[in-house]
Amino acid sequence: MTTRYSRRLFVNRFNLVMSLITMAFGLTFLLWILLTLLQAGFHAFSTDLFTQMTPPPGSKGGLLNAIAGSVLMATMGTLIGTPIGILAGIYLAEFGSRGWLAPVTRFINDILLSAPSIVIGLFIYEAYVFRVGHFSAWAGAFALALIVIPVVIRTTENMLKLVPDSLREAAAALGTPQWKMILKVTLRSVRAGVITGILLAVARISGETAPLLFTALNNQFWTSNLDAPMANLPVVIFQFAMSPYSDWQQLAWAGALLITMAVLLLNILARTVFRQPRTR
Amino acid sequence: METLVATPEVRTEHAPITAPKMSMRNLDFYYGKFHALKNVNLDVAERRVTAFIGPSGCGKSTLLRTLNRMYSLYPGQRATGQILFNGENLLDATVDLNMLRAKVGMVFQKPTPFPMSIYENIAFGIRLYENLSEREMDERVETALAKAAILDEVKDKLKQSGMALSGGQQQRLCIARAIAVQPDVLLLDEPTSALDPISTAKIEELLSDLKRDYTIAMVTHNMQQAARVSDFTAYMYLGDLIEFGETDQIFLRPMRKETEDYITGRFG
Repeated sequence: MTTRYSRRLFVNRFNLVMSLITMAFGLTFLLWILLTLLQAGFHAFSTDLFTQMTPPPGSKGGLLNAIAGSVLMATMGTLIGTPIGILAGIYLAEFGSRGWLAPVTRFINDILLSAPSIVIGLFIYEAYVFRVGHFSAWAGAFALALIVIPVVIRTTENMLKLVPDSLREAAAALGTPQWKMILKVTLRSVRAGVITGILLAVARISGETAPLLFTALNNQFWTSNLDAPMANLPVVIFQFAMSPYSDWQQLAWAGALLITMAVLLLNILARTVFRQPRTR
Repeated sequence: METLVATPEVRTEHAPITAPKMSMRNLDFYYGKFHALKNVNLDVAERRVTAFIGPSGCGKSTLLRTLNRMYSLYPGQRATGQILFNGENLLDATVDLNMLRAKVGMVFQKPTPFPMSIYENIAFGIRLYENLSEREMDERVETALAKAAILDEVKDKLKQSGMALSGGQQQRLCIARAIAVQPDVLLLDEPTSALDPISTAKIEELLSDLKRDYTIAMVTHNMQQAARVSDFTAYMYLGDLIEFGETDQIFLRPMRKETEDYITGRFG
C-alpha cells in the first residue's frame, strides 16, 4: 500500500470522526432541551389544559383560551399571508426576469425574512394598534401574516425556479396563455413544495412571542371578539414562566411542551405527507 | 401521393418543388449581439419532412425555434427578415403568438409531460381553443393517442400520471399532445436523442405516417435518421445555410464540398 493511499485513508477517518463528534455536540443540546421540556411539561399535563381557562394565581386552571387564540390567530395570519406570498412568489419567478421591480422586491423580501420578529410586532403596534387605540386579535393576525409572507414568497419562488424551462416551453408551444401555464402547469408541478413552505411558515409563527406581545397582548378570559385582546400560548408562557407562582410556572411548561409538539408534528407532516413524489 | 422527380441541374437553389408551407426570406437571428443565423432563405414543403442537420452550434435548433417564435419567451433574442406562413409574416410584432403556436406545434428533445394524467395531458391543449362535450373530447384524445402510436400501451391507464410513463412513451405522449390541437406544422427538436433505439425506431415510423397530414420540420444530430425519414435536408454550419435540397441528392450527390465532408464524416 502506498503512503499516499494510507494517508488518504487516515484523513478520511479523521474527518468522519470529527463530523460525528460535531453532530453529537449539536444533538446533545437539542435532546437536553427536549428531555427537560418533556419532564417538566409532562407533570403539568392534564385534561384540564384543554378544558379550563387560564387561572388567576394560586388556583387551578388550563390553557383553553390560549390554545384557541393561538390556533385562531395562526390560522388568520396564514390565510392572510399565504395568497400574498404565493402571488408575489409567482411574480418573482415567472415575470421577474426583466425590469427593476423584481430584484428590488426580492431584496426587500430578504430583509423582511431575516427581520427580528420584535420589529414586526412594533411595526404593527405603530401602524395599527396605536391608531385603533387598543390591542386586538386582528393586530396579532396581521403581525403573524407579515412573518408568513416572506417565507411563502421565498419557497414559492425557489420551487418555481426549479421547474425546468422546457416545461414552460412545452406549455407555450401549445399556445397556452401565460396565466394558464403558471396555474395549470408550473405551479401544479411544485404544489407539494409550496404546501411544505406554507406548513413551515405555520410552524414558525406558532411559536412567535414578540409580534403578539405588542399586538394581541393577552386575555385571561375566553373571547371570540377579534377586535379585542386575545390570549395565546407564547405570551401566556412568557407571562407565566416569569411569574413567582408555581401553578403558573407549571402551566408555562405544559404550554411550551404543547407548542413544541405541535411544531414537531407540522415539520414531520411537511416532510413526509407532502413530500414531492419521486418521478423518473 | 405524387412522386418527386428531382433534377438538381435545373432546380433553382434552395427551392423545393412542392408547395412551400413556410418560407424563410433573409432570416437573421441574434442572441443579444451574437449573430446566430445569417441571411437564411429556405422553404419548408407542405406535408413533407424537412430535416436540419449540422454540427453543434450551427443554428439548426435556433432556426426551428424561430418558426413558432419560441425565442420570444426570452428577452434579448430577436429575428429579422421574413417567415411567410399562411400569407402572413409570422415575425410581425402584431402576430398573436398563442394562435401561431396553436398552428405550429413543437416537440422537444427531452420529453415534457405535464404533471397531470395521460388523458389530461392531451385534453389540456384541446381545451385551450375548443369547447367540446365529454364524449367529443374522449374521441379527440383517443384519436390523438392512436395517431401517435401509443394508444394501445396507455388505453387502460388514461387516468394515471403522464410522468410515470417510460421515456419513449412520454415522447410519443408529447407528440400526441402536439397533434391533438390539429396544427398545420409540427416542429421536432431532436425528438429521439434522449431515447433508446427501439423507441427511436417507433417514432421514426410514426413520422412517415404523420407527414400525410402534417408539414414536419425536424432537427437531428443523427445523419442516418435524416436520411431515413426526411424528404428534404438542409445542412447548416455556423449560422449559414450551406446546402438545401432533396434528401437523396444531399446524401448521394452533394453539390458543396462542405456538405460532402460533413456527411461522409470527414468533419464534424
